[in-house]
Amino acid sequence: MFMFEKAIVGSRRYWTWVCGLLVVIAVAFLAYLRQLQVGLAITGMSRDVTWGLYIAQFTFFVGVAASAVMVVLPYYLHDFKAFGRITILGEFLAIASVTMCALFILVDMGQPMRVLNVMLHPTLHSMMFWDMMSLGGYLLLNAVIALVTLGAERKRVAPPAWIRPVIIVSIPWAVSIHTVTAFLYNGLPGRSFWLTAILAPRFLASAFAAGPALLILLCLVIRKVTWFDAGREPIQKLAVIVTYAMLLNVFFVGLELFTALYSQIPEHVEHFQYLFLGLHGQATLAPWMWTSSVLGVVSLGLLLVPSMRRREPVLAVTCVMVFVSLWIDKGLGLIVGGFVPSPFGAVVRYVPTVPEVLIVLGIWAAGFLLVTLFYKITLSVRAEVAAS
Amino acid sequence: MRDRYVILAALVLFFVLVTAPVWYARAAGEKAGGPDVKLPTQEKACVMPVDYMRTSHMDLLISWRERVVRENIRTWTAPDGTVYTVSLSGTCLKCHTNKAEFCDRCHDYAGVTPYCWDCHVDPAAIARSRP
Amino acid sequence: MSISRRGFLGAAGLSALALASKSTLDALGFEAAPQEPTSAAAGTRWAMVVDPRKCLDQGDCTKCIEACDYAHNVPHITNPAHEVKWIWKEPFEDAFPFLEVDYAPEAFREQPVMVLCNHCDNAPCVRVCPTQATWKRDDGIVMMDWHRCIGCRYCMAACPYGSRSFNWGDPRPAMASLNPDYPTRTKGVVEKCTFCEERLAVGQRPACVDACPARALVFGNLDDPEGEVRSLLRARFAVRRKAELGTGPAVYYLV
Repeated sequence: MFMFEKAIVGSRRYWTWVCGLLVVIAVAFLAYLRQLQVGLAITGMSRDVTWGLYIAQFTFFVGVAASAVMVVLPYYLHDFKAFGRITILGEFLAIASVTMCALFILVDMGQPMRVLNVMLHPTLHSMMFWDMMSLGGYLLLNAVIALVTLGAERKRVAPPAWIRPVIIVSIPWAVSIHTVTAFLYNGLPGRSFWLTAILAPRFLASAFAAGPALLILLCLVIRKVTWFDAGREPIQKLAVIVTYAMLLNVFFVGLELFTALYSQIPEHVEHFQYLFLGLHGQATLAPWMWTSSVLGVVSLGLLLVPSMRRREPVLAVTCVMVFVSLWIDKGLGLIVGGFVPSPFGAVVRYVPTVPEVLIVLGIWAAGFLLVTLFYKITLSVRAEVAAS
Repeated sequence: MRDRYVILAALVLFFVLVTAPVWYARAAGEKAGGPDVKLPTQEKACVMPVDYMRTSHMDLLISWRERVVRENIRTWTAPDGTVYTVSLSGTCLKCHTNKAEFCDRCHDYAGVTPYCWDCHVDPAAIARSRP
Repeated sequence: MSISRRGFLGAAGLSALALASKSTLDALGFEAAPQEPTSAAAGTRWAMVVDPRKCLDQGDCTKCIEACDYAHNVPHITNPAHEVKWIWKEPFEDAFPFLEVDYAPEAFREQPVMVLCNHCDNAPCVRVCPTQATWKRDDGIVMMDWHRCIGCRYCMAACPYGSRSFNWGDPRPAMASLNPDYPTRTKGVVEKCTFCEERLAVGQRPACVDACPARALVFGNLDDPEGEVRSLLRARFAVRRKAELGTGPAVYYLV
């Protein structure tokens, strides 16, 4: 099915990696069975911090999914040929990320078996309904695009003409998934940390930095472990995209800080105070947030100097820094920071529990597994085409 | 086609495993029979005819549920004109006093686990558990 | 303006419900019998007035909390992170964070006031719920359907009052005594105060109101100009929690 036979032949190293991921997934599955039985009480969440690592990871990976547009747009709209060889890698990364998002949502549900109620009782005034629709649509679009273009590549023919409008639609759709995800948070009265019109642009900027940074790293890994070399030019172009996006992201965070700190409205200041300095003696997230900020600023500095950016080992380290910085900012601070202090002013500590972290790692492993399988299939098809 | 025998053997094994419950029941000499449900003794008629209740009580209960919770309509008029208060614990279990030998026995037989009792309370069970 | 919008939403909701119920009944082959709505008479908007002073005079009284907890099988969970609360006490300055009262005596700022779901006119929890498991009834009650809730906790993020609780685990082991006339909840759903809609349906007042020895909680129809709620609000100045957010809370606190 869909060239899947290519994914079940591989070297010993390939199988070791796949089995390792399966083991992590199995452990996470056991942890999830426990959560199903006991309830979400086994997580670190509480009546005040009602969303934690699951939803934060969801938010982060919606961004990674959306970032596929950063290779699709230059290639299909501007005919930027250098991305020809990696566009499909971006699309498959998006598919894996959206799947991870769906899993993160599912494990966060108190009653997962009722989750289809969202479709049974469509509620147009709920942003969660729209988020489900946009993510589902995005998954479908990317699956169709990736399979059709890869199928054409295998048969050494041009992709059918009808796929082009589908690809064009997927571009604004990518922007929409992250905008709607920002809307989940940013229309809630009383959650002043999220009540900011710049949340969606900030989400997009950090996504377009973190996603392509991950894609660069994936290209470098692929070059090391397979015969396939994405080439120097696309990686360098991606690095430029990361640079601009990171610049915008740091600028947007600066805007947030200015608005809160200069207005000095307590309910706006308190969230930042909690995140960076601690509040009422609670500073669980402060070391994380400072790490994120330092990594963000240093990586931006490295990206801005062309001679640094052009050295691939330096670029690799920089991309790791960008990714980690934004992962902490969005996959940790952004969600938890919005809940603390609580509506009653309480500063509640949130620390994910072991089962919670295991489940998160399992979903990461599932994402890695999907990317591995998809990339394996793609590279096998390309090897076949090259050999004939 | 060197692995023809392996494939055939696996198919046979699969067939045997899948049909195992049938063979097991045959061997044990068990006969399929309905569940042994205890009906209320003092009441003669349910809110709807028995045949309907047997096949469709869940539909009735779900429509009751929607009416009470979502529409705040707390009575229901049966086709014969009798007006009932809509309540699982209060109305159904008033006659069907033994949940274990009525609801559970048939649900176990049918292999279904409705989640009604995760929340709804069996008044008789409380009375029993009280010292 | 807000009343006409409410009327419109109410009418739209009613017609939707009528359609939905008709199709269910048709599917079952039933004739729809004429039903009298028990409490949602036209021109009813349930509201509550809290008199914190009367409440304080009772000292450590928790009668309203106990009555509510028993009436609705609210579990008593010891871990504060997983607590379930329908009506409870919060220090004044935390319940009213926007009312800066710097020079009020410390003792006054830390005095407890009763808090519960505000049954907002324009409830954020209702707006965000993806399954309509929480919705606005035309008598003003923000109702919950625990059969439909998927436990996404979006409503908890949306509520600016912290009025909603989630069942992080099975609540039943945390119940000392079980009221057989009311269901418990299952793990994984959100719950909150329903203004005792089950008692209103049979013509009773909410359990907390009946239990209060000081009559510090007054419940009634806000749309009735001669009713007790409106007379109290005419006679004394009252505040609502975070009314500036545009939520239109229906719980008033006499000053």
